[in-house]
Amino acid sequence: MRTNRAVRTPGGLSVRLDVRALTVVVLLLVAALAASVVLIGTGDFPIPAADVVKTLFGNGTAGQEFIVNELRLPRVLVGLLVGASLGLGGALFQAISRNPLGSPDVLGLGQGATAGALVVIVLMSGSAAAVTVGALVGGLVTGTAIYVLAWKRGVHGYRLVLVGIGVSAVVTAVNGYLITMADLSDAARAVVWMTGSLSGRDWAQFWPLLALCAVLVPLVLANGRGLRMMEMGDDVSAALGVRVERVRLVLMVAAVLLVAAATAAAGPVSFVALTAPQLARRLTRSPGPNLLPSLCMGAALLVVADWVSQQAFGADQLPVGVVTGVVGGVYLLWLLVTERRAGRI
Amino acid sequence: MSPDSTGSGRDSGLNNRRSTVNRLSAENVTLAYDQRVIAEQLSVEIPDNSFTVIVGPNACGKSTLLRALSRMLRPSEGRVLLDGEVIQSMPAKKVARTLGLLPQSSIAPDGITVADLVGRGRYPHQGILRQWSAEDERVVRESMARTGVAELADRYVDELSGGQRQRVWIAMALAQQTPLLLLDEPTTYLDIQHQIDVLDLCAELHEEQGRTLVAVLHDLNHAARYATHLIALRGGRIIAEGAPNDIVTAELVEEVFGLRCQVIDDPETGTPLVVPAARKARTGAKAAGETRAAEKVAATEAS
Repeated sequence: MRTNRAVRTPGGLSVRLDVRALTVVVLLLVAALAASVVLIGTGDFPIPAADVVKTLFGNGTAGQEFIVNELRLPRVLVGLLVGASLGLGGALFQAISRNPLGSPDVLGLGQGATAGALVVIVLMSGSAAAVTVGALVGGLVTGTAIYVLAWKRGVHGYRLVLVGIGVSAVVTAVNGYLITMADLSDAARAVVWMTGSLSGRDWAQFWPLLALCAVLVPLVLANGRGLRMMEMGDDVSAALGVRVERVRLVLMVAAVLLVAAATAAAGPVSFVALTAPQLARRLTRSPGPNLLPSLCMGAALLVVADWVSQQAFGADQLPVGVVTGVVGGVYLLWLLVTERRAGRI
Repeated sequence: MSPDSTGSGRDSGLNNRRSTVNRLSAENVTLAYDQRVIAEQLSVEIPDNSFTVIVGPNACGKSTLLRALSRMLRPSEGRVLLDGEVIQSMPAKKVARTLGLLPQSSIAPDGITVADLVGRGRYPHQGILRQWSAEDERVVRESMARTGVAELADRYVDELSGGQRQRVWIAMALAQQTPLLLLDEPTTYLDIQHQIDVLDLCAELHEEQGRTLVAVLHDLNHAARYATHLIALRGGRIIAEGAPNDIVTAELVEEVFGLRCQVIDDPETGTPLVVPAARKARTGAKAAGETRAAEKVAATEAS
């Protein structure tokens, strides 16, 4: 039942590895990369997987190079990063609130980012870059508002979820109002943005997102051990020497940034942040926030969902957000039902 | 058990404050949640190597005092000293290697095994490059053996009974290897057999390992039986402190808990045993005023 292995060096260094969790991470990474290769080969101009790989290593034809490197690769990479950010952000929020419902989708971060984007689209008729900035700012403002409103001698699980649901309701109302007062073309643009899609994403979206992840992911993982302790309650973890409020603040800021940036890049892709941590946890069967498995699960989920949406309905017919909801949701339901039959929730 | 022992207990407590060099103490602390003041100008010494038990009626501030001693609550005035340093200004992990706390509210993560939970007690001894040493493994095994949960190592914590679960949490606190261990109502929600079981375990840890234990207990008789040092609180003030045999009297119990009772010798241990007065004696006392009440109590005692 225990799959933990300790690796020790003669110098007194030791690392603890959960073999099962590590296996899950490797398998999910392989799945995400394989799906990416298939996804790059998919479209109006199909390319066999072997040729995609060859082209990625610089040995393709000029036509393949253009299609792969300029058109499809950035889209897939943005998809991987968006999925990873949402998976990790979701795992962080669920661990901090100690509640599977404490995901960014439920807390209103997606809606907050949407509000920021709508303000730019409807009130300012801003450029695509301005919309991205607007979404980022909207997400950050919403995240700050939730943290401040939920603060009462520290931030506690249920309070955070309830305040988040309240904020989410308010922001959703604001979003509805913004749409109704927009003229037709702005409203159409807003609705397209709000469905959450990867189509047309290019290198301009990729590099900022990569930079942000490069900073935040190591920061989050370094604080992961403290977060693991915080599962047992604030008092127990503080007694064990975790600086609870500091770890929580750092991780919440990181999670808000990850989710806001992902939403700014791809629109509010629903359900990944909610399902990825739950799915990852059920695969690793390990307590703890399962940060790295959630990250990999988010990336795999998003790319697979994008591929499914293109397979089933042709390129750009169906936004990826719809498919993540259906694929992730159905899989989670299936897991919950089968687990209930097995007697374990 | 002289009638004035209450007062003398309090005096000696105050006189000792500066002269002793106990590892854990609170100096003139004012404890408050937001604006609600629980205790003012409270000074407490925890004698080294004692099994100190804090008793008092509900809302007397006993758990609050324990939270302050374990740096979960920052005093709005005064200071808590651990080994001569202000506890709030010490590095968190350093405190956690000296002072352990078993709070009332603890959550066992879903699907965690006993061995994993106990292993988490090693956190203050670990770092990113020292995640699970051979020493960690040995201490966890020892802690589980000492608390009698070694056979449960691979079981899920949520499958255990309340008594077993409390033993597992104590094992986790033991794995922290702290010379001082604070327990907030460790017997609450347990049936009588498991209450005694947990208290026996605490006494064992105190006697055999020389740890200093501080516990908040509800049951005065348990406190009198197990404590080597008793602190009686009411309204955020120390009414008496000292060895149970020296301070537990009918007068003290009435002053602290407002309960008429007799104090007899525990036939098992010789420690004070509090027997509440019968209902008639108590209701009669209320109706008839102080002198008659005293007579009735005397009559009950005689019979």
